[in-house]
Amino acid sequence: MEPLEIANRLKERFPEQVLEVTECRDQVGIIVKKDRIVEMLRWLHDDPSMQLDHLADLCGVDYLGKKDVRFEVVYNLYSIPLRHRIRIRAQVPEDDCQIESVTSIWMGADWHERECFDLFGITFNNHPDMRRVLLPEDWEGYPLRKDYPLDGGGKNWRGYDEVLEKSKRLRKFDFYGQYQDPTKSTGLEEDARK
Amino acid sequence: MELLWILIKILIVFAVVMFHVMYATYFERKVIGHMQVRMGPMRVGPHGILQPIADGLKLFFKEDIIPTVADRKVFYAAPLICLISALSAVAVVPFFEGFAIANINIGILYIFAMSSLASYGVVLAGWSSNSKYSFLGGLRSSAQVISYEVAMGLSLVGVMMLSGSLNLTDIVHAQMKSPFKIYLIPQIIGFFVFVIAMFAETNRTPFDLPEAESELVAGYCTEYSGMRFALFFMAEYIGMIVMSCLAVVCFLGGWSGPFDVPGIPFFWFLIKVYFFIFVYYWVRATLPRYRYDQLMALGWKVLIPLALLNIVLTGIIKSMFG
Amino acid sequence: MPENKAESKEIVREEVAYEPYTIAMGPQHPATHGVLKLDLELDGETILNCKPTVGFLHRGVEKLAENLSYAQTLPLTDRLDYIASMANNVAYSIAVEKLLGIEVPMRAKYIRTIVMEMARLTGHLLWLATHALDIGAMTVFLYCFRERENLLDMFEEICGARLTTSYTCVGGVRQDVTGHFLEALHAFTDDFPSKIAEYETLIDKNRIWLKRTQGVGIVSAKDAVSLGLTGPTLRGSGVDYDVRKHMPYDAYPYVDFEVPIGSKGDVYDRYRCRMEEMHQSNSIIRQCIEALPTGPIRSPDAPDIVMPYGEQKRVAADATFASGVIKLMKDNEHYIDGDVYVSAEVPKGELGFYFVSDGRGVPYRMHIRSPSYIHIGALPFLCKGQMVADVIAIIGSVDVVLGECDR
Repeated sequence: MEPLEIANRLKERFPEQVLEVTECRDQVGIIVKKDRIVEMLRWLHDDPSMQLDHLADLCGVDYLGKKDVRFEVVYNLYSIPLRHRIRIRAQVPEDDCQIESVTSIWMGADWHERECFDLFGITFNNHPDMRRVLLPEDWEGYPLRKDYPLDGGGKNWRGYDEVLEKSKRLRKFDFYGQYQDPTKSTGLEEDARK
Repeated sequence: MELLWILIKILIVFAVVMFHVMYATYFERKVIGHMQVRMGPMRVGPHGILQPIADGLKLFFKEDIIPTVADRKVFYAAPLICLISALSAVAVVPFFEGFAIANINIGILYIFAMSSLASYGVVLAGWSSNSKYSFLGGLRSSAQVISYEVAMGLSLVGVMMLSGSLNLTDIVHAQMKSPFKIYLIPQIIGFFVFVIAMFAETNRTPFDLPEAESELVAGYCTEYSGMRFALFFMAEYIGMIVMSCLAVVCFLGGWSGPFDVPGIPFFWFLIKVYFFIFVYYWVRATLPRYRYDQLMALGWKVLIPLALLNIVLTGIIKSMFG
Repeated sequence: MPENKAESKEIVREEVAYEPYTIAMGPQHPATHGVLKLDLELDGETILNCKPTVGFLHRGVEKLAENLSYAQTLPLTDRLDYIASMANNVAYSIAVEKLLGIEVPMRAKYIRTIVMEMARLTGHLLWLATHALDIGAMTVFLYCFRERENLLDMFEEICGARLTTSYTCVGGVRQDVTGHFLEALHAFTDDFPSKIAEYETLIDKNRIWLKRTQGVGIVSAKDAVSLGLTGPTLRGSGVDYDVRKHMPYDAYPYVDFEVPIGSKGDVYDRYRCRMEEMHQSNSIIRQCIEALPTGPIRSPDAPDIVMPYGEQKRVAADATFASGVIKLMKDNEHYIDGDVYVSAEVPKGELGFYFVSDGRGVPYRMHIRSPSYIHIGALPFLCKGQMVADVIAIIGSVDVVLGECDR
């Protein structure tokens, strides 16, 4: 089935949920509201003419300043028997930063959603185990948001500061003078600039 | 005078066995290396021949780290139990005609007793380390050793029936009457069961789950370092040597060979023991490892019935042919 | 007196709480293929629950990509699945080429297919080496590395690096292959099937291997698709999904190959799938070498960083992403507004890149769909009810690399 046809069928079935259909280099994306996302995806998964059974990718995008609704959760779906693909983009506003989890349809969405929560802060309702996966449990902030600076804002993670403290305490065991303070510069950068 | 002679024998045997243990480690690395398209140790001395000395020195000088939560007295005692029981088993092995430190009438039974004692050492090591991996390793090893001891004992009952004695020297003499002067042919099933049980008793591949590197880091000896680790290592190799000697004495005719080498009465004995040790290395390089429950199933469901079958057949043959 | 005795001997019943025995196969472990922490809850030797912890190798590649141009992000993709880095480069390149609408010349397509299949061989050889080593067969490890040395030497010949090769670039390949390379590769492919037969002699029909791998870690086809498994892990369960056949890229439409499918979905079937794939990769490489066309190796409108000389060098030295470096790149009309998702078949599974672009020379959002991440997420399901020794076999068969998982 052609991607545009899938988009039209979805629009017919859930008319008030579908906001826009975009196209880029032969790939079609459908921007939808997040209210009935589980129903829509379940229909796309179960319907015999669609059979979009492979959740290729689930990620979040932050459109700070570019769009009215800040976040989008993007579902890239593919059908192994029928060999067609579609992309569903669900809009998630910043003040209501949560969306229904699709783990009831695909078990593998579990870790995708954990990563999205970890890096963007979008919570997924009815998720079996909503906690951080890639970053340490006590990390503050959501790094992939556009207002999170690349170098972390200058301050270190609490765990890293603890490790530096510990190494200062244990420096008394440095018998061979091999300790190098990681917080001081090594002098190599200045040499390189010359 | 008798006492002095016994003390000298003990010293000689101890020195020879320790030397063999050292170079067993060296040859293991060389043999497995060559089977794996590489060369093994090559640097320390010509062709790495001084490698065991380097290893020994390294282990001697390593820091002795003991976990704070470990049970000290048992922690110290465990490797000693393993080593002492393994070394004590060497005392009854007859190397050639008339040379055994203690030629007792219950030789086989004594060796079994010593190998059972060694399993105490393993369990205590796992328990006293107070760490989960060691505990699991000790548990697995003790269950494995106990299961395969039964099979091993039963497989030797056939030999005992044919020779009529538990004395190792008498068993070798009794084998002179068999075809080729070995018990291998009448006792082929027993030999097969014994060899497999031999691998399991000494915790070697394919039954080396207790010390499987990729699963339990080092199993029951994870927390041991330096000289204590070396003691476990030595106990394992001495166990290998003792089991090989037992196999040679019971099934392959001890020190008898096709022709006599003048001046070296233990020549054939050594050749046969070296062959068994080579088989240990060969199997280690080739075979994967059994899973724990499959290992136990093999011991209880396959080897013990085979050993019992062997006993029945031996009884029938002996009663028919006298 | 009896009554007093009965009173004093009260039977005290206590509620004893049973806690499962937890063991941590920690970040440093010989068998976990990288820094992976597995918390296992055991009941004797059976696993009740298994909780993986990842993120020890998280380097923030996705955030970094938002500040680097498309050509600058390429070396970052090397380090994803560092065992088969050519494959990652190809996957990234085809994604960016789709986004920017760049057409790659035929010779570059064939060369990229060759290096991708070579990467598949290196990945599968390392998989076999570590999988066999974990299960106990040490010798297969060294035999596989002997072949891998040959492949890595060939990588060094074409691009100078053995492990992190940034050879493929957006729009083609960086430099051409030499005749010597093609001869050496052809000789390698002549020999290789006999070497695969050597590995199989050691383990394929071995009773202990069969007992350790058959019937272990079974996944049904429906569960496998629902879990998001891809690659040989999925094909072992009988699902016919290979990105090279479903969405062909590079020279795959022009070569003849089969995709091996398993049936039962246990560790043994996945092992057989990968062994067969090695045979197929060998045949693909031979076909590509024989059919290699002449021509340019890079598309003329490929965005690339021009080597700064002289005046430009000073500008490049203190360039930020907004000035300097981007200005040095070729200005073309390919940077459009939009988003694409493109995936490729790397040795581990389906590696997908989702790009969102807003018309600048820098991606607005890059998301890497990595197969190892999903497979580790599927580990709790795969390991439930298995024994501790089986967990090792299952991790080996699922073939994870933590660099790809954590990005």
